[in-house]
Amino acid sequence: MTDPVIAALRQSRPRWIETIPWIVGVGGYFVFPDQLPFASQILITILFALSLDLVLGFAGIITLGQAAFYGTGAYAAGIYAIHVSQEPLSGLLVAAASAALVGAATGLIILRTHGLAQLMLTLAFATLLAEAANKASFITGGNDGLQGIAIDPIGGRFAFDMFGRTGYVYCLIVLFFGWLLLRVLLASPFGQSLVGIRENVTRMQAIGAPVGGRLLIAYTIGAALAGVAGGLLTQTTQFVGQSVMSFERSGEIVIILVFGGIGRIYGAFIGAAVYMIAQDQLAKSEPEFWNFWIGLILVLTVLFARGGILGLIDRLRGR
Amino acid sequence: METVLDALVSILFLGLGFAMVLYIVSVGLSLTMGLMGFVNLAHGAFAMAGGYIAVTLMNAYQVPFGLALAAAFVVVGLVSAVLERTLYARLYGVGELEQVLFTIGLIFMAEAILRKAFGPLPLPMHPPAILSGQLNLGFRTVPAYRAFLIVVSFVLILALWLGIDRTNFGARLRAAVDNRRMAEAIGIDTSLLFTMTFALGSGLAALGGGLGADILAIYPGYAVEYLVYFLMVVAVGGLGSIRGPFVAALVLGIGDTACKYLVPEFGAFFVYIVMIGLLIWRPAGLFGRA
Amino acid sequence: MRKRYFMPALLAAMALTCSLAFAQTVKVGVINTYTGPLAAAGDQMQRGIDLYMKLHQKDLPPGISIELIKRDDTGPNPEVAKRLAQELITRDKVQLLTGVIWTPNALAIAPLVTEAKVPFIIMNAGTAIITTKSPYIARVSFTLWQSSYPLGSWAAKNGLKNVYTLVSDYGPGIDAEAAFTKAFTDGGGKIAGSVRMPVTAPDFVPFLQRAKDAKPDAVFCFVPAAKAATAFMKAFDDLGLRGAGIKLIGPGDITTDEELPGMGDVAIGTITMHHYSAAGDRPANKAFVAAYKAEYGAKDEPSFLAADSYDGMAAIFHVVIAQHGNIDPDKTMDLLKGWKYDSPRGPIMIDPETRDIVQNEYLRRVEKVNGQLQNTEIETIPMVKDPWKELNKTK
Repeated sequence: MTDPVIAALRQSRPRWIETIPWIVGVGGYFVFPDQLPFASQILITILFALSLDLVLGFAGIITLGQAAFYGTGAYAAGIYAIHVSQEPLSGLLVAAASAALVGAATGLIILRTHGLAQLMLTLAFATLLAEAANKASFITGGNDGLQGIAIDPIGGRFAFDMFGRTGYVYCLIVLFFGWLLLRVLLASPFGQSLVGIRENVTRMQAIGAPVGGRLLIAYTIGAALAGVAGGLLTQTTQFVGQSVMSFERSGEIVIILVFGGIGRIYGAFIGAAVYMIAQDQLAKSEPEFWNFWIGLILVLTVLFARGGILGLIDRLRGR
Repeated sequence: METVLDALVSILFLGLGFAMVLYIVSVGLSLTMGLMGFVNLAHGAFAMAGGYIAVTLMNAYQVPFGLALAAAFVVVGLVSAVLERTLYARLYGVGELEQVLFTIGLIFMAEAILRKAFGPLPLPMHPPAILSGQLNLGFRTVPAYRAFLIVVSFVLILALWLGIDRTNFGARLRAAVDNRRMAEAIGIDTSLLFTMTFALGSGLAALGGGLGADILAIYPGYAVEYLVYFLMVVAVGGLGSIRGPFVAALVLGIGDTACKYLVPEFGAFFVYIVMIGLLIWRPAGLFGRA
Repeated sequence: MRKRYFMPALLAAMALTCSLAFAQTVKVGVINTYTGPLAAAGDQMQRGIDLYMKLHQKDLPPGISIELIKRDDTGPNPEVAKRLAQELITRDKVQLLTGVIWTPNALAIAPLVTEAKVPFIIMNAGTAIITTKSPYIARVSFTLWQSSYPLGSWAAKNGLKNVYTLVSDYGPGIDAEAAFTKAFTDGGGKIAGSVRMPVTAPDFVPFLQRAKDAKPDAVFCFVPAAKAATAFMKAFDDLGLRGAGIKLIGPGDITTDEELPGMGDVAIGTITMHHYSAAGDRPANKAFVAAYKAEYGAKDEPSFLAADSYDGMAAIFHVVIAQHGNIDPDKTMDLLKGWKYDSPRGPIMIDPETRDIVQNEYLRRVEKVNGQLQNTEIETIPMVKDPWKELNKTK
C-alpha cells in the first residue's frame, strides 16, 4: 500500500536529483535576465500546481475549483495592500489565511461527497465565489479589476522593478518554502495516511484513522498554498483581474498538473514549465491557431505518455 | 393578474425550451459516463459539430431543415463511432484524470479547427418559414420555433425512453449499466454495446446542438462554454440514468429562467445554490445509484 | 587617377551611410485577442490594422518601415496582458504599443507605459477612465459615454417618457447605463427599471420578460458585441416586445455591422447611437468599405472595431512619418494631441487636454436597403467630447 512517491520522500536524505529544479531556478536568473516576468509566472503556477497536487494527487479530492483559493489569496493580498499595508510578507500571510478560511469552510461541505458530486460541488462554490467577487465591485474592482496596488520593497530594501528581478527572486524563495512544507508534510505519517485514504477509505476508517479530519486539513493547507500563489501574482503584477477566480483557471491548473504527472510533486514543476513555455512559443508563432497544437500535445500525451511527462521519463529510464 | 399569468407562461414556456435542449444534449453524456465510466468532457464538441453541420447545410446548401438535422445526427453518430473504436476504447482503463486531459485536448483541437474554418462569429440560424414568427394559442402568442422545439423534444424523449425500455438493445444497455461483469458473463457483447451507445449519445447531442442553435449559439467556444451546464444536468440527474437528467434539466432550466426573472441581480446564483443543495441531499444524483 | 574617382566614391559612401542611417524599423507591439471565446472582436481589429498597413505602406518614406509584433492576450486577462506588454517593451524593444480590447488589460498596462515611457494608442477599450491612468495613453476608439449620453438626451426629447435599462454587468455595460440614465433623467425622462445581467447568461429571456412587464416606451440595452447582441435581438422579438410596440435603443454595439446580416429582419427599426456605420455616406467611408470588401470578401461588412483600428494605424503612421522613424515618446504624445484625420467615420480628433477621441456621433436606424440590412445614419451630432470627462472636469 506504500505509495512509491511517499516512500521515496521518506528517505531522510533528499536525492540529488531533487536539487535540479533549484539549480535551474537560480541559473534562470542569470541566463534569462529579460524574461523574468514570464519566469515568475511560471514559478507562481508551479506553486499553484503543487497546492493542487496535495489536494488532488495525494489526498485524492476531486476538484475543479482550486482557482477559488488562488483568487481569494490574490484579492486578499490586493485589498490588504490598498487598505491596510503595502508590506509584502504580511500580505502573503493574509492571502494564505483568507484562502485557508474559505478552504476550511467549503471543505466541510464538499468532503462529505466524492466522485462527480464532489467535482461539481467544488465547481459550484468556485463559481459562486467568483460571482460574489464580481458583485462586490466596490472592493474588488469588479470587472475592471483591482488597480492602484503598490507594494513596498521587501524588507525595506528590495523594490519591485519593471524588469521583474526582485519579483523573480521573491517568487523563487516563496516557492522553495512552499515546496519544503509540502515535502515535509508528505514524508510524515500524515502524508502516509492521506495516501491510505486515497487508496482505500474503508480500510482507513477500520483502523480508526480520522479520515474526515485528515482530508479537511489537507484541503485547507492546499487552499492556503494556492492563496499564497495568488498573493504572489498580485504583488508581482500589482493588479488583480477577475480571471484569477475563473473556471478556466481551475481547469487549466488541473491540465497542467496531469500533463506533468500527478501525485509526484515534481510533475507540478515540469508540467507548469513545459506547458507555459509551449503555450508562449506557440502563441507567438501562430497567434490564431496555437491551441490546436496544445490540444494535440495533450491528446498525444495521454495516448503515448501515460502518467504525463514524468511518466514518460520513467518509461525512458526503463522503470 | 393578467401580467403575472402572462409572465408565468413566458417563463415556463421559454425555460422549458432551454431545458429540453440541455436534456437532449446531455443524456448522451449521462449514458457514456454511466455505462463506460468514461469522463468525456468533449461531449459538447459533438453537439457543436452537429450544430455546425445542420446550420451550414441549411444556410449554404439550402438543405431542408429536417433533412439537415437528420444528416447531423447520422454524420456525427458515425464519426463518433469511429472515434470510439480507434481512440476512446484504448482509454477505458486509464484513470479519470487522464480521460479529462484527453478530452480537453480534443476540445482545444476542435475549437481551433472550427474557428479557422468558420470564423469566430456564431452561425446565424434561420428556422424554416413555417416554424418562424409567432404562434397564436388563443389566449396569447408564443414564439413558434420554441413551441416546435418543445414538441419535437418531447417526441424524441418519448422515442428514446420507449427504445430503452422496450428494445433488446435497451435491455442490454440497462443490464450493462447495472452490472457490467454480470452482463458480460451472460454473453452481452459489451464492446459493441459501448460503440452503439456512444454513437447514439453523440448523435443525440448533435441533434440537440442543431435544434437548439437558437438558444445555445453555435460558435467555436460552444463546447467549453456550455460544458458546465451539461455536467450539472448529468451530476444532478445521476450517471447512467435516462430519466434523471430529464428532471435535472427541468429543474435547472426552468428554475434558472424563473430566478433570473424574479431576482435578476442574483439570478445567476440560483442554479449553483440549487445544485449544491441537491448534491448534498442526493450525492449520486436524483436517479443515480450510490 | 585616384582624384577622378574620389568624389563619386565619397558621394557613394555618403549616400550609403545616409540610407543606412535613415533605414529605420519602428517596432509596434499589438496586443489583441486572437483565441478564446472572445476572439471575434480581435479578428475585426486585426483586419482594420492589416488593411491600413496594406493600403498605406507606400506612404512611408523610403528606408522607414513599421514592424508589427502581435501578442495574444486570450481575453480579459490583465496579468497576461501586463506580462506581454512588459516583454514587448523590455525584450522586443517596441517603441509604440497598440491594440487592446479589454478594459482590465488596458488598466493593468497603464502604469507600465508610464514607467517605460512608451506611447500607447488604444484601439478599442472604451471605459472612460482609461486615458486618465497614464500621460502616455491616447485613445482613437470611443467611450461608452460618448454614445450613450447623447442617446439619453435624444430619447428625452423624442417622445420616450420611460425607458427600461438592461445592460451586461461589466465595465462598458455599467458605463453605458450610467451615461444614458444621467442624460435621460436630466432631460426629464423616467427610468422604468434597471437591471444588470450577468455576463455569462446564455439566455436573455427572463430579463426581457421583466422589462416587458414594466411596459416601458423603450428598452435601452447594452450587451457585448458579437454573440450576445444577436441572441438579445432574437429574444426581444420572441418575447413579443417588438409586437407590444416597445422600441429597442442602445449604443451601436448592439447592432454591429458585421453581425447585422446574421440578425435577420427582427433588427429592423432599432435605433442606436454610434460613431461608425458601414453604411455611412462619406467618400472616406466608401473607399474604406470597398477596400475592406476587396480584401475580405464581398459579403463581409466592416464594423466599428475595424474602422477604429484602421484609424489607429493612421495615427501611428502619422507619428512615424512626422518623426522620420525616430520615435521620441514625448514628441509622439505632442503629435497625437490635436491630431485630426478624415476617417471613414467622419472627422476625428484627439483632444489635446484629455488625449481621448473626439468624433461625430450618429443616430442610426436599422433599415433594409437593396435587400441588405444596414445602420442608416439619420442624424449627426458633431465632434462629441467624452461626456464623462466633461462632467467631471471640476473634480
